[in-house]
Amino acid sequence: MRLPLLLRCKMNAFKEAFNLIVSFDKELYGIIGVTMRMSFSSVLISCLLGIPAGVVLGSKNFKGKSLPMKILHTLMGLPPVVAGLIVFLLLSRSGPLGSLKLLFTVRAMVIAQVLLITPIVTGLTASVVAVKTPAILETARGLRLSKPTKLKLILKENKAPLVSVVLTGFGRAISEVGAISLVGGNIQHKTRAMTTAIVLETGKGNFEFAIALGLILLIIAFVINSIASSFRGDGYDYT
Amino acid sequence: MKKVLGIFLAMVLVIASFAGCAGKTDSVTTTGETTSKPTPANVVIRCSTTTSVNDSGLLPYLEPMFEKETGYDLQVTSNGTGAAIKLGETGDADLLLVHAKASEEEFIEKGFGIERKPFMYNFFVIVGPANDPAGIKGSATAAEAFKKIADAKQPFISRGDDSGTHKKELALWKAAGLEPNGASDEWYISAGKGMGDCLTMGSEKSAYVITDKGTYLSMKDKLNLELLMGESDDMKNTYSLIACNPEKNSGLNSEGANAFIEWMLKEETLKLIADYGKDKYGEALFLIIK
Repeated sequence: MRLPLLLRCKMNAFKEAFNLIVSFDKELYGIIGVTMRMSFSSVLISCLLGIPAGVVLGSKNFKGKSLPMKILHTLMGLPPVVAGLIVFLLLSRSGPLGSLKLLFTVRAMVIAQVLLITPIVTGLTASVVAVKTPAILETARGLRLSKPTKLKLILKENKAPLVSVVLTGFGRAISEVGAISLVGGNIQHKTRAMTTAIVLETGKGNFEFAIALGLILLIIAFVINSIASSFRGDGYDYT
Repeated sequence: MKKVLGIFLAMVLVIASFAGCAGKTDSVTTTGETTSKPTPANVVIRCSTTTSVNDSGLLPYLEPMFEKETGYDLQVTSNGTGAAIKLGETGDADLLLVHAKASEEEFIEKGFGIERKPFMYNFFVIVGPANDPAGIKGSATAAEAFKKIADAKQPFISRGDDSGTHKKELALWKAAGLEPNGASDEWYISAGKGMGDCLTMGSEKSAYVITDKGTYLSMKDKLNLELLMGESDDMKNTYSLIACNPEKNSGLNSEGANAFIEWMLKEETLKLIADYGKDKYGEALFLIIK
């Protein structure tokens, strides 16, 4: 009995997804808008914080480096709901930042995601940079390059893998549901993102709409990956 | 030092595994006892219910008694009313215990259910901030209270998840002659979440929430929300049992479903339901339909 239902759902879902997209369904585009606003903001902030930190950690050796690295690797595996819980407690009316009234807003969702994604971006950047940096630094010393030029050189030489790091962060942001559901509250027309909408529609038994949302989510991820891989330059996509 | 630590860890593991064994032997003996009861042909009954029924703890309370008396194995899944009823349509449940009259009647009309058996009820209540900014206290009906909230544009949290509570809320807005929409009405917050989550959100946002009384009572201590509007006639919430139609889906345990319904409707069980919650909340969570 299960398989026919799934098949029926799939057929209807493609039709419904198509209908929703071409009819410019206001709610659907609102949900996509919230998802994009949230994902881009959190990835941008995470990269601004994480890439410089990662470059420093990856290119410099200092005493006691293993402890921050261990903490960083632990935070890379931080469960989303824990990040959500921490931000929830901070922003709750009875919490230390309650007066800001940020709970159940898109900003709160971005804060939770930054907490989640920054360690990932930092850690991945560090391991990417660590591979080529000794050689780059040696060259730089020979040429007597200034510090900003050295940094530029490191980023330029690692461009392709760093684009992958950003994409990994973006993948985490757009697919995340636990943290944003806790701190965003899944409020219709305000903080409802694609993933939390899928959970809700599945709970309602509205499988077609849920699958349609899932399909659109995949399409968006595909488009963004395609655009990003053109930045990476030729030869990186194993072609 | 490392050696000592290793020995200590090994000891902990050994003790833990013994504890695990002890637990296991215990459960073996108890299942041995239950299998000596009468065993029906198809033991498993799949009951689909709504989150509010499950959160109240009524079914977990009744389940062991039913299983001990009859030898059946009752498996309860809880979802929002929409999904709970859908499970009956797809053949993934043998019976439903739900509270949304219109949807239930539609379910039976489509031939998926045999008969709707209303057996208990309770009341929805409206809770909100203690200072009651919309002044709903003392309203004669819930619809009147809703109108006051809308007029004062005070924040209101809607379940927005197609649950029985959400459907009740929509019916009340309709009775009040209003149709609030989260896109244009800033004060109307459609959360799309369970009852507990909505109450927490209401407490955070100082908003009005319509809720079943049981969930509110069980969370009261953690919320900054007061009970503002109690038992008016338009807040009645009726629960029914429906056995799924075996002609629509194959592999249903109709015998088990009927046995459970029969057991639920007999006098002794109804008395247990009528007393449920009195010791914990000082009042019964469910009332029996006479």
